[in-house]
Amino acid sequence: MKQLVRALIIVFVVSFGLLYIVNRLNTAQGYTGDNTLTVYNWGDYIDMDILDQFEEETGIKVIYETFDSNEAMLTKIQQGGTSYDIAVPSEYAIEKMEEEDLLLPIDHVKIPNLQYIDSRFLDLSFDENNKYSIPYFWGTVGILYNPDEVGDISFSEWDDLWDPSLKNDILLVDGAREVIGFSLNSMNYSLNETNKARLVEAKEKLDLLTPNIKAIVGDEIRLLMQNEEAAVAVLWSGIAQDAIWENDKLEYVVPEQGSNLWFDNMVIPKTSKNPEAAHQFINFMLDPEIAAQNADYVGYSTPNREALKHLDEETVNDERFYPDEETTDNLEVYENLGKRMLAFYNDLFLEFKMHRK
Amino acid sequence: MKAKSRNYYLIPYILWIALFVITPILLVVYYSFFNIEGEFTFENYQKFFTPVYLKMTFSSFWYAFLITFFTFIIAYPTAYLLTKTKHKQLWLLLIIVPSWINLLLKAYAFIGIFGTYGAANNFLEVMGVGGKQILFTDFSFVFVSVYIFLPFMILPIFNALDKLNPSLVDAAKDLGASGWTTFKRVTFPLTLDGVKAGCQIVFIPALSLFMLTRLIAGNRVITLGTAIEQHFLVTQDWGMGATIAVFLIIAMVIIMLITGKRKGGVM
Repeated sequence: MKQLVRALIIVFVVSFGLLYIVNRLNTAQGYTGDNTLTVYNWGDYIDMDILDQFEEETGIKVIYETFDSNEAMLTKIQQGGTSYDIAVPSEYAIEKMEEEDLLLPIDHVKIPNLQYIDSRFLDLSFDENNKYSIPYFWGTVGILYNPDEVGDISFSEWDDLWDPSLKNDILLVDGAREVIGFSLNSMNYSLNETNKARLVEAKEKLDLLTPNIKAIVGDEIRLLMQNEEAAVAVLWSGIAQDAIWENDKLEYVVPEQGSNLWFDNMVIPKTSKNPEAAHQFINFMLDPEIAAQNADYVGYSTPNREALKHLDEETVNDERFYPDEETTDNLEVYENLGKRMLAFYNDLFLEFKMHRK
Repeated sequence: MKAKSRNYYLIPYILWIALFVITPILLVVYYSFFNIEGEFTFENYQKFFTPVYLKMTFSSFWYAFLITFFTFIIAYPTAYLLTKTKHKQLWLLLIIVPSWINLLLKAYAFIGIFGTYGAANNFLEVMGVGGKQILFTDFSFVFVSVYIFLPFMILPIFNALDKLNPSLVDAAKDLGASGWTTFKRVTFPLTLDGVKAGCQIVFIPALSLFMLTRLIAGNRVITLGTAIEQHFLVTQDWGMGATIAVFLIIAMVIIMLITGKRKGGVM
């Protein structure tokens, strides 16, 4: 018994000792409550050097955390365990956060660099006048393919995916709105369709695609395409860009019928303890040189007009990743359809996944 | 005094069970009665009995059965052989070591091995069979699952075989039983508890596998686990996710009852 008590005491002393040391270390490095900035971003979605530059310039310590889906991010911010100062949700998630009153309005006076953002990407339907969010990156959903393997199919239309010669050769991203979305697009319906009959029709059309589908996967889709595991994939432009960097045989195209245009914007959650620093951070990220450096590292398209001047001409003129206004006008942004409708999309998607060859 | 201090020792156990077993189960049951808007309803239970979820339940059971079956077929002879080797603890350790590696890492390794240009296909080419699609098939899914669950089946069977009194086997042989009869009438019945424990440890997690269904089966295999993950993380329909979990819990209890009964009747 004596030994047991002694062991317990030792455990307590050691734990509290460690806790104290960690605390002291944090203070010594400047990680105190009012001098830190907690950034919550997608995985591999920033050039880490930029965080160092920010720390050097402002003396604010950055704590950086990542998430892998809007839903996971939302859940964590709703629960409020950690007080994030910056988060980077996509457009429909921003709408949801606005509705649930999770965001602080952004003071535009504190963000002079906002002038560099292309007006195409400001004042959009999901956040009028950019009251709560500032653009970070944007992109499209399209088709990545290996020209050697697909004959003369050009993928100018979504219907090309249904070509019988592509048997067992297509990878899809595991996203209900993306997959049901391209089926809707192929029939010239809206991506934000809420008519259930049309959605069921889209799902039935997808069932016919099953023989061509090799797999429905997550982020590993990039690796699989790089290794030429399949000839065709439906995915986001950023992943396509990364895959093309690794394997320049690949081609990316956005079918003319239309597709999804998405945005990831910076927001300040209500739980922020340091909104002042958050504004500084947003302004810093919009600096043309910093934005260019970040875009160069991440590979997604930057909404920063001035930053484009600092990027390779080859990148900027690449119509695949910087489509002109005419093309983007043809694309649709996801709207928040409400939980019910999203559940209906997901149920259809689940049924489609269960449809066997 | 003694009885009292013994009761004190129960406190950590009771606390643990109450906080981490009973409360979560009650919460799951509670959540299953709410729809996506947070209203009290039986909607989720009605939805579970639609063809989509029934089919999913059926296929989950089918794959879990296949995985358990093949794991057993491989595990029993292996465990048997292990008890006959000289350094059995060392051999056992070698089988257990891979289970220390993270499951996701192993799954990613298999993506490489089973890929179109992976080691498995290269081997088939060399053998003259020619390339085949291995990744994203039922075969690869069952294979990788069996690989992952194998140590959990071998261990209890090994322990049962190891504890088996060798004089019983000798006695059977002295009385003129053939090798097969000895195995069928003596060895196997005496190790049945180990087999049951192994089947439980494999079948129950196999029912709710979810990462492998995406990484190895490319979402061509949909199990109840996949659906739960989707409802909690994507749809945020916690009610429906909880309802599926309730049925999984019921299924597990039934399996425990079936495999747990009639203890040690032979001895």
